[in-house]
Amino acid sequence: MKDIATSPTTAASNPPVQPTEAYFNSGDIVRISATRNVPQPDRQLEKLAKLIDVSKCIGCKACQSACIEWNDTHPAVEENVGVYENPHDLTPNMFTLMRFSEWVNPETDDLEWLIRKDGCMHCEDPGCLKACPAPGAIVQYSNGIVDFVQENCIGCGYCLTGCPFNIPRISQVDHKSYKCTLCSDRVAVGQGPACAKACPTQAIVFGTKEDMKAHAAERIEDLKSRGYENAGLYDPAGVGGTHVMYVLHHADKPQIYNGLAESPRISPIVEGWKGVTKTAGLAAIGLAAIGATLHGLFARGNEVEDHDDQAADKLVKGEDPDQDQGGHG
Amino acid sequence: MARRPYYSEPGDRIDSTAPVTVSRYRGFIRGNHWLTAIALIVLALSGLALFDPSLYFLTGLFGGGQTTRWLHPIVGVVLFFSFALMFIQLWRLNMPRPEDTTWVAKFGDVVKGNEDALPELGKYNPGQKFIFWAMSGLILVLIVTGVLIWQQVVGHMVSVPVRRVAVLVHAISAVLILLVFILHVYAAIWTRGTLRAMTRGTVTGGWAWRHHRKWLREIASRDNKGPAE
Repeated sequence: MKDIATSPTTAASNPPVQPTEAYFNSGDIVRISATRNVPQPDRQLEKLAKLIDVSKCIGCKACQSACIEWNDTHPAVEENVGVYENPHDLTPNMFTLMRFSEWVNPETDDLEWLIRKDGCMHCEDPGCLKACPAPGAIVQYSNGIVDFVQENCIGCGYCLTGCPFNIPRISQVDHKSYKCTLCSDRVAVGQGPACAKACPTQAIVFGTKEDMKAHAAERIEDLKSRGYENAGLYDPAGVGGTHVMYVLHHADKPQIYNGLAESPRISPIVEGWKGVTKTAGLAAIGLAAIGATLHGLFARGNEVEDHDDQAADKLVKGEDPDQDQGGHG
Repeated sequence: MARRPYYSEPGDRIDSTAPVTVSRYRGFIRGNHWLTAIALIVLALSGLALFDPSLYFLTGLFGGGQTTRWLHPIVGVVLFFSFALMFIQLWRLNMPRPEDTTWVAKFGDVVKGNEDALPELGKYNPGQKFIFWAMSGLILVLIVTGVLIWQQVVGHMVSVPVRRVAVLVHAISAVLILLVFILHVYAAIWTRGTLRAMTRGTVTGGWAWRHHRKWLREIASRDNKGPAE
């Protein structure tokens, strides 16, 4: 019998020689798209997180390569258009992307090369899951992983509409949505995500969310001692915190990192669409349909009367139909 | 040719005199109307399926979620063009007329079916005109917002903030057009003798006299000049 894997605490460890059983499965799902009253699991898994220390990233793209290799995706070979991003954007075949920006610090007049590894943030309150109309196409596990189940995906693109970070990409080949899985298949057998495993500077680390926060605190302290007074952790509260976090040297200005959202949350428009519009709209349609049916069945219709027919007859014959209208009326 | 009729279409005519029947819609427009009707019903069922999880089972009518997502916008384009054709044919007689104000003011008599108290009307009453313009406006909004969220065609060209507004406006307009649709069907059934205008294409003389007297008068005066007299 195979041993059951344990929740990973690092991405650095090597896998065991013997195969292991997944330590979490569909029984640990806490949220399912387009599904009300999801039965809650009796156990709570340890919350996990990936921490990306932007200050340690050298922009080598080993994470992208590892992601492509592990997920067996095939991003198209593109044109070099004079920027470092490659491919040009996240695609259905590229779940993570190094985004480069050249920023002149107005205080020091230094050029800072800010490199942010973009990809799914694994929100505690996922906008994609809220917007999705297909039951079971998006699930969230109690360890925080938000995963797309392509089998149930219908390719409508609502997940992208709901996402506060502009992450999911819909394939024009199979019309299904793709994004970072946080390597849920690796995590289930106790391994860290492929990107974290491949990172040569350990700018990407992985473990329990608590550990990652503690590690981030050390890093922030170090950065502050080096003159980055505004260094901080990016774990935005507007989406309930995220399971992919950043250490930023300028945490007061997340937008300088290629437009990282300042205070992300599920858009009020999406909330209104999935909330009051749906409830009030269905109620109005239902009431109108039932009311019209009942009234149509039981109320008296507007019938044409005999004198109407007689009047028409006279009119068509060229007589004056209005003459004795009063007598019949 | 004589001046264009004011209350009727040139093709509207007395179909028979004993009993009196009046031709209201030719075959082409009836066929187009039913194409539009079928398209609207398909759109409503497929759209509702993706609007609320409790109605997702409706995707089964179309062969599952993927095909529903694929079919809905295509039928939307069909409806847009079939309705556009109807719009070209119907807009002129759906323009507001002075007597419409009186009709609306006496809406109580409309509901009671007390039509002797109402002004004489042309081919359409203000209620029908409301349906026409509401459908026209909502279909325009739905096609524009629908194309903006048509993932298969526009892909990632439309920005996320635009998608959000488009999807919300699309949902609200869809709710409104379904309410207008229910009103349209209800009124056509409540006003007895109306449905045959869209099946056989004709209405009885009594129906025309009762509901659209100016329309009937204009047609009768036109046809009276013929040799039938």
